Amino acid sequence: MENDRYMLNKQLAQMLKGGVIMDVTTPEQAKIAEEAGACAVMALERIPADIRAAGGVSRMSDPKMIKGIMNAVSIPVMAKCRIGHFVEAQILQAIEIDYIDESEVLSPADDKYHIDKRKFDVPFVCGAKDLGEALRRINEGASMIRTKGEPGTGDIIQAVRHMRMMNAEIRRLTSMSEDELYNASKELQVPFDLVEYVHKNGKLPVVNFAAGGIATPADAALMMQLGAEGVFVGSGIFKSGNPKKRAEAIVKAVTNFNDAKLIAELSEDLGEAMVGINENEISLLMAERGK
Amino acid sequence: MRIAVLALQGDFIEHEQKLSECGVDTFEIRQLADIERDFDGLILPGGESTTIGKLLRELGLYAPLKQKIENGLPVLATCAGMILLAEKIANDDKTHFGTMAITVKRNAYGRQLGSFRTLSEMKGLGVIPMTFIRAPYIEQTNGAEILATVQGKSVAARQGNQLALAFHPELDDSNDIFNYFIDICKAYKSTTK
Repeated sequence: MENDRYMLNKQLAQMLKGGVIMDVTTPEQAKIAEEAGACAVMALERIPADIRAAGGVSRMSDPKMIKGIMNAVSIPVMAKCRIGHFVEAQILQAIEIDYIDESEVLSPADDKYHIDKRKFDVPFVCGAKDLGEALRRINEGASMIRTKGEPGTGDIIQAVRHMRMMNAEIRRLTSMSEDELYNASKELQVPFDLVEYVHKNGKLPVVNFAAGGIATPADAALMMQLGAEGVFVGSGIFKSGNPKKRAEAIVKAVTNFNDAKLIAELSEDLGEAMVGINENEISLLMAERGK
Repeated sequence: MRIAVLALQGDFIEHEQKLSECGVDTFEIRQLADIERDFDGLILPGGESTTIGKLLRELGLYAPLKQKIENGLPVLATCAGMILLAEKIANDDKTHFGTMAITVKRNAYGRQLGSFRTLSEMKGLGVIPMTFIRAPYIEQTNGAEILATVQGKSVAARQGNQLALAFHPELDDSNDIFNYFIDICKAYKSTTK
């Protein structure tokens, strides 16, 4: 039965594929996201760009605020807890959230241990910047993975780097002979059965989305063409000039990510994109949190 | 024979894999140009019905696909797909194709913690695995034949060539439902060509 629950949680992520998960801070934004075609929303008090600007310790959002968003929309609702903060996760499970993001966007609560996600009934998504991180999170019980990217920057470079890194490492594993897998398991610091799965299937055992820095339809399509199975858009939508139009355009770009002509049309007149920060202009690299 | 899979959002790849295991050619519908090809059946996969319903309209697929379904094109609709076919949605003012005489309730088992797997009887197929993910159920039939009932709720229905399921056969090991649907497509093909 316990195993069933993990299967069901991986399968919910399968239903989100080909879709866009949007950060929202109010029920009104959640409705805009749903009407724009989001396949799920991430409820949080402050979007990453504002967390970055405000500084200080960033924590799980007020459960009342999260419940307000759960009541406002019919699509799945996710919420973030701090890395290693299993009580925040217990709270999110208690309010019956659909997915918990154990997220490097918030201040980590534990610099060594992630949450033992196998103890929970609700599913978890975790960030990863390479294959080792992804498989370690899966071993801990994550049923969905996303690239870390660099949240709140509007700069796509880190998400691209993480997705390419993961894909390259997966390709390397698939080309290994079976006796080399034991050493790969040691190097990646992950159990052999997960390494063997990737070797045989050429993919992660869970759904893999792109996240962190996606601001335009072209960014979203870029990540899809690089092999993402869907995208998270955080600050990129509600920090832009015309959130509704931009959200709709990104949703369509993810469905038809190979159709450059359509993406060209979708990219017209979107208004101002979020003001980006280049990765070398920031001092706090959230992607370095939680390995 | 060739079956089209609506690939706007959701678990369409899982459907394609199942059909390919059953030896059937598939292709994806992502935009209007895709439906100019000939096909003998259509899959409406799991996913988010609000997302798929919106994209159907905005990509201009809604009217031509609805017409094909009304003209008898076989359809296998799972979960979100069933919501697209229903003529009435109990907890939503909006309907989509509305070609099937059923009233469905969205997210009828609650949130993700209410998702479950079970084994149950489906008319004509015997006991099969059924996986429900934030699933709807059929609150009442307004003419469609009910093919399966789980915990007192109707979860599968057929009306002509339309087959709607609240669960996800594409996620389970059994290919029974796909073979059942492929037979519907074969019969349709032989009557139209």
